[in-house]
Amino acid sequence: MTITTETVPKVGRNFRIQWESAQDAWVLLYPEGMVKLNQSAGEILKRCDGSACVADIVADLETTFNTQGLEGDVIGFIELAVQQKWVE
Amino acid sequence: MNDMAEAGAAQQTSKIGPPFWLLAELTYRCPLHCVYCYNPVDFASTAEELSTEDWFRVLREARELGSVQCGFSGGEPMLRDDLELIVAEASRLGYYTNLLTSGVGLTEKRIAALKEAGLAHIQLSFQDSTREVNDFLSSTRTFDLKRRAADMIKAHGYPMVMNCTIHRHNIDHIEAILQLASDIDAEYVELANTQYYGWAQVNRDQLLPSREQLERAERITNEWRAKHGNKMKLFFVVPDYYETRPKKCMNGWGNIFLTITPDGKALPCHTARMLPGLEFPSVRDMSIREIWYESEGFNRYRGTGWMKEPCSSCPEKEKDFGGCRCQAYMVANDPAAADPVCDKSPFHHKIAEAVALAQQPGNPAQVKPLIFRGPKESLELNRPF
Repeated sequence: MTITTETVPKVGRNFRIQWESAQDAWVLLYPEGMVKLNQSAGEILKRCDGSACVADIVADLETTFNTQGLEGDVIGFIELAVQQKWVE
Repeated sequence: MNDMAEAGAAQQTSKIGPPFWLLAELTYRCPLHCVYCYNPVDFASTAEELSTEDWFRVLREARELGSVQCGFSGGEPMLRDDLELIVAEASRLGYYTNLLTSGVGLTEKRIAALKEAGLAHIQLSFQDSTREVNDFLSSTRTFDLKRRAADMIKAHGYPMVMNCTIHRHNIDHIEAILQLASDIDAEYVELANTQYYGWAQVNRDQLLPSREQLERAERITNEWRAKHGNKMKLFFVVPDYYETRPKKCMNGWGNIFLTITPDGKALPCHTARMLPGLEFPSVRDMSIREIWYESEGFNRYRGTGWMKEPCSSCPEKEKDFGGCRCQAYMVANDPAAADPVCDKSPFHHKIAEAVALAQQPGNPAQVKPLIFRGPKESLELNRPF
């Protein structure tokens, strides 16, 4: 699957993302398992809600963190997440 | 002075991570009679089951400490009439909820109610790919019912793990078991080689597969993976009897895993209540916080400080934490000994003898009959394993 700025990613149907204050992190939960996400992975994945396209997500992140040039990193991470089935 | 002591205690506590995994064993009652059940052999002599309110409190207190994965197991958890209420409370608290069931008692009405209660996932057990072996090993007629349960689970949109415990009597069916998992559209399949605790320990000599059987099963599993990719995720749990180093049991004692038994005992693993000289606290008397951070039961085998030789000077001690305390007790008669699976253990020959016995051809169950799990057998045997 090729990820472009128009792709609309969504957290995989068998995964759930939630904030865990005990771990001070976003985590991805699935049958009998858990992945603790680092800050950037968490910020990207929580925006993969099935309505925002990659361009929207990049724009939102760049505004929120007052930075630029995140597109390559976001696409790279989403490609990895698709392989892991975290995102579909 | 008091303040300093308290600060020191707080620092000690903060090094211990949260019990991420909470296993709620809701009942020891079970309609099945599996010969490899890990429940204690003397389960029929345990105290009264926790109430709904008790479980609500356990869920709340563990969640406050950071528990996030919650498994509902047993026995057969469907036998609790309040399962839906308990699942609903767990979901409300923010747990990811897993139901581990034989499928017996799963009706259209209850599966819909569990969905409504927020249940996230169902793990369905099969005993074999054939009706004959499935029904023989569980001493029930449940194969067709399990197939229907699988259809219901999928129809309601749950992700499904199919679990099949593997041993001498079904390991040669591994390809058909994988095919069954694929037919019922499981997302994950666990081929869990029997671990020898509880009833499985009673029946160990009849259940241990030969090396040839094991190697064939591993080969077929790998071929399946290569052919079908990761559409269905496969876990092959190796039997530790065929290893020379022990497993990192429960990922370390009191590290991430907390089991609460049907009668309210808090344990660092499902089988630890068999260990002698160690009183495990009850959730009826102590908070989950005290249990996890302060109780002797949870602190005794944490880390590496408790170890004896050959573990204490072993360069791999942080890797496997000396293996399993229950196996050390059952085989070496000392819960602080090295797990005898390790070939550095002076008791490793006992494992080697069991393995040697398993290489003999034929069906050992014809020589020594299998003992099926049941309340009557439990009272007769009247021992933990």
